[in-house]
Amino acid sequence: MSTAISTAEEVHTHDHDHDHEHEHHELGFIRTYIFSEDHKTIAKQYLISGILWAFIGGSLSIIFRLQLGFPGMSMEWLRPLLGGWIDESGKLDKEFYLAMVTMHGTIMVFFVLTAGLSGTFSNFLIPLQVGARDMASGFINMLSYWFFFLSSVIMFSSLFIETGPASGGWVIYPPLSALPQAMPGSGLGMTLWLTSMTFFIVSSLMGGINYICTIINLRTRGMTFTRMPLTIWSFFFTAVLGLLSFPVLLSAALLLIFDRSFGTSFYLSEIYIQGQALPNVGGSAILYQHLFWFLGHPEVYIVLLPALGMTSEIIATNARKPIFGYRAMIGSMMGITALAFIVWAHHMFVTGMNPFLGSVFMFLTLIIAVPSAVKAFNYITTLWKGNLVFTPAMLFSIGLVSMFISGGVTGIILGNSALDINLHDTYFVVAHFHLVMGAASFFGLMAGVYHWFPKMFGRMMNKSLGYIHFWFTFVGVYMVFFPMHYIGIAGFPRRYYTFTALGNDSMAAFTDMNSFISIAAIITFSAQAIFAWNFFYSIFKGKIAPANPWKSNTLEWTTPINPEHGNWPGEIPAVYRWPYDYSKPGAPDDFIPQNVPHSATLESNLPEENAEIAREKDIDGLLGAQNESYTH
Amino acid sequence: MNYLIGLLAIVFFFLAVSVITKSVKLNNKLSGTENEDSTVDNFNNANGIGMLIFWLLFVILGSWSFLHSKPDFLPVAASEHGVRTDSMFWTSMAVVTFAFFISNTLLFYFAFKYRFNKNRKATFYPVNHKLELIWTIVPAIVMAILVFTGWRTWRDITSQAPSNSAVIELTGHQFGWYVRYAGADDGQLGNVNYKLIDETNSLGIDFTDKSSFDDFTATELHLPKGQPVLLKIRAQDVLHSVYLPFHRVKMDAVPGMPTKFWFIPTISTDEMRAKLGKPDFNFKVNCTEVCGRGHFGMSITVFVDEPEDYKKWVAEQKPFLATNPSYLDKVPANLKAKAGKYIPTEPIATDSTEAVSVN
Repeated sequence: MSTAISTAEEVHTHDHDHDHEHEHHELGFIRTYIFSEDHKTIAKQYLISGILWAFIGGSLSIIFRLQLGFPGMSMEWLRPLLGGWIDESGKLDKEFYLAMVTMHGTIMVFFVLTAGLSGTFSNFLIPLQVGARDMASGFINMLSYWFFFLSSVIMFSSLFIETGPASGGWVIYPPLSALPQAMPGSGLGMTLWLTSMTFFIVSSLMGGINYICTIINLRTRGMTFTRMPLTIWSFFFTAVLGLLSFPVLLSAALLLIFDRSFGTSFYLSEIYIQGQALPNVGGSAILYQHLFWFLGHPEVYIVLLPALGMTSEIIATNARKPIFGYRAMIGSMMGITALAFIVWAHHMFVTGMNPFLGSVFMFLTLIIAVPSAVKAFNYITTLWKGNLVFTPAMLFSIGLVSMFISGGVTGIILGNSALDINLHDTYFVVAHFHLVMGAASFFGLMAGVYHWFPKMFGRMMNKSLGYIHFWFTFVGVYMVFFPMHYIGIAGFPRRYYTFTALGNDSMAAFTDMNSFISIAAIITFSAQAIFAWNFFYSIFKGKIAPANPWKSNTLEWTTPINPEHGNWPGEIPAVYRWPYDYSKPGAPDDFIPQNVPHSATLESNLPEENAEIAREKDIDGLLGAQNESYTH
Repeated sequence: MNYLIGLLAIVFFFLAVSVITKSVKLNNKLSGTENEDSTVDNFNNANGIGMLIFWLLFVILGSWSFLHSKPDFLPVAASEHGVRTDSMFWTSMAVVTFAFFISNTLLFYFAFKYRFNKNRKATFYPVNHKLELIWTIVPAIVMAILVFTGWRTWRDITSQAPSNSAVIELTGHQFGWYVRYAGADDGQLGNVNYKLIDETNSLGIDFTDKSSFDDFTATELHLPKGQPVLLKIRAQDVLHSVYLPFHRVKMDAVPGMPTKFWFIPTISTDEMRAKLGKPDFNFKVNCTEVCGRGHFGMSITVFVDEPEDYKKWVAEQKPFLATNPSYLDKVPANLKAKAGKYIPTEPIATDSTEAVSVN
């Protein structure tokens, strides 16, 4: 399945099922930019979709932050936009508030941080960094994007229907999500949500299979697993996580669809609603929660691991220093991946689940803190005695590490079932996961965009605007989410329209704090306009990028500035060393790219590396086999 | 107000940054030092120093905001297990804040200290097994201690309720809580069946079960101080969650799956009022699982009474059957005599029958 290969020079023999026309001619506009099978174009499609979604998801949060920060405020001025969702007294509709909370979560978790982050950079970097001409299947890769696009259209359209979009929280727990009579958002809005997510899951499975196949099968000669950049390792683990957990969400969604539309009782039992006793008995609402969190928890790592992988690469490059503990980094990601599947029920300590299970999951959850801590320490040690170049990507990476630590430590509190009793579903949880998975992954996304923009578009983004964007975002995110912990400790529950009936006796005490958070959120969100302008302007008008702007070691920088479909015009380079030979003692430059053989760097080789020289012939000897693999 | 001052401070911080930025830029133009080929520009120092300044400000403002918010945190727990989880919370918080402080300090300090210098070369330092072993084992040990203490507390909290517990049923519905007490006589809640729910019998109490005869309902929650209370939690329509912030109690209410939570309230409403200096203070039950439009308003008042006051209050309450004698019809023939005890004398009976028929 290598239909995607179009650099014809070295592809002399074609398999018979190939479309010869497309091999030899320039592709038309549609096949180049829209229904493209080129992984780089697909990556850009994911990125731009992700950015658009991020602005939609962000603006929803600004509207509900206005409600929370300024509960007395008249929202009349939003009527042109929200119409009937502003009631007669000029207030935000209570159900629409919940709808916005729900859609903010759904959009940010799935459409921005899964598709926009993993979709963009797995697609873009896997073939470029492992030395492949494209994904294992360009066609499935294209389908993956267009399923995502279809899913996006459906989710977007649900924002405009009369009964409103899904409103039961992004976790859509039944029975609330199963019964249209429970809230209007559980009607057509929920149907659209489920349909959209079904396509989304199909899309991410197609993507994931491709990522895994490409990493295993299409590595260039010499690219052993222990020479792969940590980005590739992280995309690999992410894809494995997605491949094993998304189908479970699909099954959860399908059962919910059955309950909603075909009268089954998977999740429903003994319900009396709106003066009517429903016939459903024997179902379990907890079953849904198990199925949901079996994806839901790995999902945290699906959004976080790619960010951590890219950060490893960016920090090493810009610290001009090898990543500290390369193997420990792989090991800890492997540990996180394995543990990610067996910690899901820590979201369910107080759902009525058997308390014994709670004990087991508390134990497993706190184990996962260990590999996470190792990663954080390794990043910090990488900075130690480095020579740090603060590109915008580097700034965002350091920001990521800080958020990862700050948000991660409170996970130790929440993972403790006894402490979770009081904190569950309060703003403490909101603060925790926004820092550790929301902001950290978002910072990873931004770091990735700033770092690989020159490779994507052949132009540079404006650095000064990047710095300003970073400082506003970094300070802003902390201003929003750090004080939120206090509100949680004071016992404020999530998803509350207003706190007038709250029993914690400090409803009034945090009014100022809520206003402060809302103002900080508005500032942070507005600062993203700097990024948007910089991004779109630089695509067309940015300074032309040099071939290797960050003096990096990985293979993507050995391609032409604007790589064609097929990535390398000539042979794919071979790989002779790991990707982190920065500032090697004895070397004339402070970096030695992966495609430089040890025989060319005698002055800087470590003793054991001289033994590698003998193996270079073997690596070179694989060229024929590698080319062969692209011809059938 | 204080937050607005804090906010202003941050705005001024940004202004300062932008002024520095501008002057660096101007300086570059004047001296013409900008090197087009270099990946390092003249903002590098500013960014590195900015990291340290950021962290210093963060620590100062963070500590200040914590101290400022502390008086508004939930006050001392009003339940036995709550005191335990609170002390564990603050101990864990101290441990993680320490880790948070050390690692962030190192991160920002290294960022500042090792900012680019063209005369220096980074140290090639790819691995140190001993170091890695240390920072794998140390967190693992700390985690193990936290898990162990957490597990013991969790085990005790979720253990079987003592047999002398006051049994109270809380049923969540859109949007409120129904309260039902086991009654003064048998101390046992009768069965409920959601198919028996009607406008008066909003819980669907099953009167074929003799335990339900003395059960009474209430619109507020009364709890005896110093005695174990077993909350039996149900939901009628969608998920809800019982939350008593002062008692550190939280448990979901699930349709079709009764849940429970037992605890010992330790501070009466009056004592809490005195402690807080608020004569009109009341404990409340809130809902913490999103359940629809009225989720935020789903609260009822909780009174923690001295044991004798509680006993008195319970004795004053009339069983559901007493206030709604028409439900005697639902009682099977062999239990009619037993149920009849709860039916008051004629006049009241007619009154409430009429009330029912009006409904």
